[in-house]
Amino acid sequence: MLVEVLFYVFATILIAAALAVIISKNPVHAALFLVLSFVTSAAIWLLIEAEFLAIVLVLVYVGAVMVLFLFVVMMLDIKVEEHRRGFTRYAWLGWITAVAVIVEIVGVVTARRFGVDITRGAAPWPASYSNTQALGSVLYTHYAYPFELAAVVLLVAIVAAIALTTRTRRGLKRQDINRQVNVQSTDRVRLVKSMDAKSP
Amino acid sequence: MITLAHLLVLSGILFALAVAGVFINRKNIILLLMCVELLLLAANFNFIAFARYLGDIGGQVFVFFVLTVAAAESAIGLAILVVLFRERRTINVEDLDTLKG
Repeated sequence: MLVEVLFYVFATILIAAALAVIISKNPVHAALFLVLSFVTSAAIWLLIEAEFLAIVLVLVYVGAVMVLFLFVVMMLDIKVEEHRRGFTRYAWLGWITAVAVIVEIVGVVTARRFGVDITRGAAPWPASYSNTQALGSVLYTHYAYPFELAAVVLLVAIVAAIALTTRTRRGLKRQDINRQVNVQSTDRVRLVKSMDAKSP
Repeated sequence: MITLAHLLVLSGILFALAVAGVFINRKNIILLLMCVELLLLAANFNFIAFARYLGDIGGQVFVFFVLTVAAAESAIGLAILVVLFRERRTINVEDLDTLKG
């Protein structure tokens, strides 16, 4: 009973936060409401015993991705008003699409085609069950190859993000290894006859 | 007792709100990216719900990979956004019509 009440509380907060994300005028507010929706999602994932992913969601999204979002939002100097002019023109289309998607999903969900009774709760895990251990035991054995690929994807993302945003400023003094190696002594040292050399 | 139907309806509502957000905020790229994050969150809800109620941990592994790719996607997306803003001084979708698509 307590779990159900908690679920409804968190689901209400989640939907309200998602609604606030899409209708808030200020991108900073939208980002903060998105943080709220991620945190409540993590709470709901905890309720259905996906503990590891709940923690990962908070760490990766709230800790990294949303901070990046806020950083970019505050770095770019965006004038909010001019982005809202098209709001009423397309809002009705958005709401119609939303209602259509909800109706379709509820229709699919209530059709009982998954080979599983969706109105029954899941059997609780035994007390010794560890979600992290279960996930790790398949992640490093059965899914080892996709796991490596995920690491490669992250590496590519790092390289791409740095390569995109780095800029070479004009007049910057840089080290040119090629010139340094090929330099001759005559390029650096110039022997001049001193005027004093002639005098005794 | 939370049933599978609870979670599927919740993720459906979340997905629909995010789709509506794509239509409503179609001028501002940064809000579009946030709506994409919400879409991915709704999809992750379904994966986790089915992983729990079918007793198959594979769904949770999928969520793990989706989170990885989503993090990479938002990092590259925001990098492109920063470069775009530096070049054009705007992030309005309607001003970004160089390709005449």
